[in-house]
Amino acid sequence: MTAPDDDARPIAVVGASAAGLAAAEALRRFGWAGPLILIGDEPHLPYDRPPLSKQLLHGAWEPDRLLLRTKDQLEPLGLDLRLGTRATGLDAATRTLTLDGGERLDCAGVIIATGVAARTLPGADRIAGIHTLRTLDDALALRGELTGTTGSTGTTGTTGSTDVTGQVGTSGTDRRLVIVGNGVLGCEAAAVARELGHTVTLVGRTAIPMAEAVGTEIGELLAEEHRARGVELRTGEADGFETTGEGATEGEGTGGANPVRVTAVRLTDGTRLPADLVLLAIGSEPAVQWLADPALDTTDGLRCDAYCAAAPGVYAAGDVARWDHPAHDRPLRFEHRMNATEQGMAAARNLLAELAEASELSEPSQSVGAGTDHPAQERRPFAPVPYFWSDQYAIKIQAYGVTGGADRVETTVLHRDERRAVALYGRDGTATGVLAAGLPPRQVRALRAVIATPLPWEEARDRLRAATAGA
Amino acid sequence: MKITLDADKCCAAGQCVLIAPEVFDQRDEDGIVVLLDDAPPAEQHEAVREAAAICPAAVIEIHA
Repeated sequence: MTAPDDDARPIAVVGASAAGLAAAEALRRFGWAGPLILIGDEPHLPYDRPPLSKQLLHGAWEPDRLLLRTKDQLEPLGLDLRLGTRATGLDAATRTLTLDGGERLDCAGVIIATGVAARTLPGADRIAGIHTLRTLDDALALRGELTGTTGSTGTTGTTGSTDVTGQVGTSGTDRRLVIVGNGVLGCEAAAVARELGHTVTLVGRTAIPMAEAVGTEIGELLAEEHRARGVELRTGEADGFETTGEGATEGEGTGGANPVRVTAVRLTDGTRLPADLVLLAIGSEPAVQWLADPALDTTDGLRCDAYCAAAPGVYAAGDVARWDHPAHDRPLRFEHRMNATEQGMAAARNLLAELAEASELSEPSQSVGAGTDHPAQERRPFAPVPYFWSDQYAIKIQAYGVTGGADRVETTVLHRDERRAVALYGRDGTATGVLAAGLPPRQVRALRAVIATPLPWEEARDRLRAATAGA
Repeated sequence: MKITLDADKCCAAGQCVLIAPEVFDQRDEDGIVVLLDDAPPAEQHEAVREAAAICPAAVIEIHA
């Protein structure tokens, strides 16, 4: 394993969640032996986010179960791990990163995997009882209030430690939880809160949950299940909150030891929804504000080419990256767990290929990866078959390809009461995505082939029918 | 190579079966991963490493 030895500059990976970790591991696997810095703004070791709105919120899992790697597993990577550290700037031309402590890092390459941040509403951060759900600390704070085992303050930053344990389902006085936003996150949280016995109202701008992601018919199937489980579904948009004391939404910042507490959510149509707790699940914003370099396009994520490159030597991966998927005719950005890993690996491979090419031009014998199991490869366009899943109650939804932005959806409900269905999604005459709810694993896997490469709509529909025959 | 699984964490994505069908399978009833071969032959190692890296629930652990 050789790094170009005239070049002790590090590769820095900004973002220490699934995509950043996958990138760091892949850099080593593909032969980068030079310094490797992994920077994460949270204090925790890399952990997995999908369980936050599922097993962790439920109380079935404790935070240590979410760790993607143990300390021992990270050790061999030889990382310079900077947790609780935020990157504040990048000069793309020189690949110079600035960190929040003022340190400047002159890098051989940079992989940006800063993810997204939960969207919120004005003033919400000053009202106790209003939550977002993106980080481990967010999830623990919400869980603490749902189970009544802590106050409203959340954890205080020690790695994954918490004494919010074990009381689930036994301690809870029922709380009235209003969830604003009926996308995937809102739906999953609603399912967990109902399972814990709370009173749940799910409010969405569209009447049908997850309609944007999965279409109206699958959404309606989910709506039926939520209703059957006792969730109240509401159409509307949050306009403000009522609180203890003044009842004002955007009054003076309290910030004191005794902040005002939410008592209700007001909708734009005047409806008042009483609430002990509120979860804002109204989407997220790519974490690109720190990238002020005009050489970078940060409109809805960091814009990349088909190789996940945003600039020479600067790559992006995961929720933050908007890139040209070769099989689709528009730049795409996915907030999917699987994409984080796959794109982290792809960005790492392509960055190393670029560095190897550059060093071969200057000094052929010093190429990155020489003498390893993984000789430097050519850069390859990143062309995954996207995958996502969602668990709500006993329903597992799995989808391959692109289901959002479809201009055509064909849904086949196989068994309404058992919530079994398949759906095909298309755009401009081409099938782009396929979804299954409640199908056996073998059939679900077979669906991947239906849209692995874009097919004309009719052909994909025939293949889908063949793949789900007898389901 | 020796493989162990933390199957309780499995989210039934099935990616391991797509990548290394000789080594992994899924239970019919819930899609949870099943290990077919905990010490696969060398020609499977690359696929197993990829499956472990891609698994969205970090279920697969490889011991040298």
